[in-house]
Amino acid sequence: MADVLMLSRIQFAANISFHILFPTITIALCWFLFYFKLRYDFTGHPVWMRIYRFWVKIFALTFALGVVSGITMSFQFGTNWPGFMEKVGNIAGPLLGYEVLTAFFLEATFLGIMLFGIRRVPSWLHTLSTLIVAIGTSLSAFWILALNSWMQTPQGHEMIDGVAHAKDWLAIIFNPSFPYRFSHMLLASLLTCCFLIAGISAYRLLKGDDKKAPTLALRTAMYVCAVAAPLQVFVGDLHGLNTFEHQPQKVAAMEGVWETEKGAPLLLFAIPDEDNRTNHLEIAIPKMASLILTHDPNGEIRGLNEFEGEHPPVAPVFFGFRIMVGLGMLMLLTGWTATYLQVRNKDYPSWLLKGLVGMTFVGWIATLAGWYVTEIGRQPYLVSGILKTADAVTDIAPANVGLTLAIYCTVYGLLLIAYIRTVFLMAQRAVEIEEYDKTELPGYAPGEQALEPQEAKA
Amino acid sequence: MINPEYLPLIFAALTALAVLVYAILDGYDLGVGILLPMDNLNHRNKMIASIGPFWDANETWLVLAVGLVLIAFPTAHNIILKALYLPATIMLIGLILRGVAFDFRAKAAEGSRLLWDRLFKLGSIIASTSQGYMLGMYVMGFDDSWMAYGFAILSALGVTMAYVMIGAAWLIMKTEGELQANAIQWAKWAGRICFVGIIAVCTVNPFINEYVFERWFNPPWMYLYLMIPFLSFSLVFLHDRVVARLPLENDRGSWLPFLITIVVFICCFSGLALSFYPYIVLGQVTIWEAASAPESLMFILWGAIVVIPCIAAYTFFSYRVFWGKVTDLHYY
Repeated sequence: MADVLMLSRIQFAANISFHILFPTITIALCWFLFYFKLRYDFTGHPVWMRIYRFWVKIFALTFALGVVSGITMSFQFGTNWPGFMEKVGNIAGPLLGYEVLTAFFLEATFLGIMLFGIRRVPSWLHTLSTLIVAIGTSLSAFWILALNSWMQTPQGHEMIDGVAHAKDWLAIIFNPSFPYRFSHMLLASLLTCCFLIAGISAYRLLKGDDKKAPTLALRTAMYVCAVAAPLQVFVGDLHGLNTFEHQPQKVAAMEGVWETEKGAPLLLFAIPDEDNRTNHLEIAIPKMASLILTHDPNGEIRGLNEFEGEHPPVAPVFFGFRIMVGLGMLMLLTGWTATYLQVRNKDYPSWLLKGLVGMTFVGWIATLAGWYVTEIGRQPYLVSGILKTADAVTDIAPANVGLTLAIYCTVYGLLLIAYIRTVFLMAQRAVEIEEYDKTELPGYAPGEQALEPQEAKA
Repeated sequence: MINPEYLPLIFAALTALAVLVYAILDGYDLGVGILLPMDNLNHRNKMIASIGPFWDANETWLVLAVGLVLIAFPTAHNIILKALYLPATIMLIGLILRGVAFDFRAKAAEGSRLLWDRLFKLGSIIASTSQGYMLGMYVMGFDDSWMAYGFAILSALGVTMAYVMIGAAWLIMKTEGELQANAIQWAKWAGRICFVGIIAVCTVNPFINEYVFERWFNPPWMYLYLMIPFLSFSLVFLHDRVVARLPLENDRGSWLPFLITIVVFICCFSGLALSFYPYIVLGQVTIWEAASAPESLMFILWGAIVVIPCIAAYTFFSYRVFWGKVTDLHYY
């Protein structure tokens, strides 16, 4: 059984990690698109339409990958985790059901109009469709995070014959960790998008694209980042405090605290050793962890040894947390540097552009690291205090699980390569073919404007 | 207030509706995928453009159907998906391939377009045949015998042909000229093969499946049950006659094959559903035994009552927006 358990966990992790990459982009990208379209509607300036057109194609591609990998998720519950639905299906089922009913159909249907309908509906209706898709993607995040948060901090239910029954749906949806996790994820999505837009736009600039669209998109993204990144630090801190209150063992693993101590140091780096229940190579700031978590330099943090046998594996949670926070700080720094240059009306130096290209998918890594912290941090439970992961797993033959895992990994690996290559290829193509509009450039002398093909047609 | 005792019945009906709508809607876009001609880029572009705005929402019905079984009948969801573990995975891979190929073909380098089109076709074939195979195994109660596997393979071919039939009918309605003429030929042959297929399933199924036999050949219900295959035969025959006369002047009647095929789908599906009721896993679990707790079903039901009419309304709106013959797709 241990084999099936491990294989099923890897399979679920592979599926959901692959899946989350795409919603992380689409949730926020659609709000960006709505903003671009709105700017176009109000200013009538074609550059906003061009930005919209370029990014809506990337949105469509990303959305398609999200949909197909999401269909797989709806099967995984039954195929690999039958115990989950048996035990908490009465709670999880309706939350998933509301996601399908209120969000999936909404976004999928209006996506058709948003992508292909601009010549068939009035412009305001097209803008409205973009808004509806944006609301749909956010609603879908709302429901799935309500369920995930309930699994972390369950409430509003009662156990009858070992099965969870709903007592108070509002309490279930707005469980203690939900507001923090939801805002943390929305901001993560926003930051991921900021760096995707910035990275691709910087790539276009470096390839010699002297049109206004990439510069404008890059600036918009960096302004948003300059606000969203510090906000994320703040929300992340609140989320951490909430976890400290409800899941102290997870925080102990994040901070690498073995023995309960007062005035615990903040470990910048260490190698946790679970066999000997200690850390090696610690680099620490004294009393800082206690100060952050309890707002008192001598506050008490409960150590992992208090939860022996009931706490998550330490190393992945510990390192995942540091990767997430480290990348978050890097994003903050980048956002502020770029904004400083923008406010001072200076051009981006090429090292910054190159750095941004390198950071195109940095949001993915930070988001995944964060999810690993919170999901591995919940172990050995699948639903905190109610259901252990080992008790929910299927009894399908390990060979079958291994076979399907190998198929999924191959397909996902290839698709990921194809996705990243295609996104850069689309940027390259935009450099080459998207029409110049010299009127948008500073220092343009009127009278030399060429009529654009698509404007001429419309 | 709704009597909680009716909840399993209501949810069984909702699930059946979701599966039926899925089979019709994703059926036509899978069918179009299977029919893609590899030697004609222009036709491929038109065909894919005809399903472009819809395929996403169409596949959502599958998520709804699987979701409803998961929510309302978790025990059945576990049994069914455990028994169909490998074919379900293969179907998912098929759906993934075609879903991404649809977007990659338009955006990847010119040179790899043919590759993505091939993957689109392959994905459509894989998804359709594995759905048919799963349906066959499901009808046979996941029996581990050569008869069950044989029937499942028959069903795989049958479902694929049914999708081709509805896909061709969709193309007759949405295209014109040479492509429409081809679609008429495809519809003709697919209809004839489906005719044979329906006969085969109707003869084989009652004789290798005792439960269905008792259902079908027991008066007074017998008359109702036997009506359904009879109606299906007549409709497929009518389809054949209609298709033989197409195309007509001013494109009159080009929507008829699609409408007839939808009714055929409804007939075949209700025949199947009625043979099963009240079982959700044949001979093992009834809908009453598999249902979740009433308070959870009630909570989702109220949402469904409000939301499903909205979904129907905006789906209809979307079809209105893209009404008429297909033009090339533009992402702006």
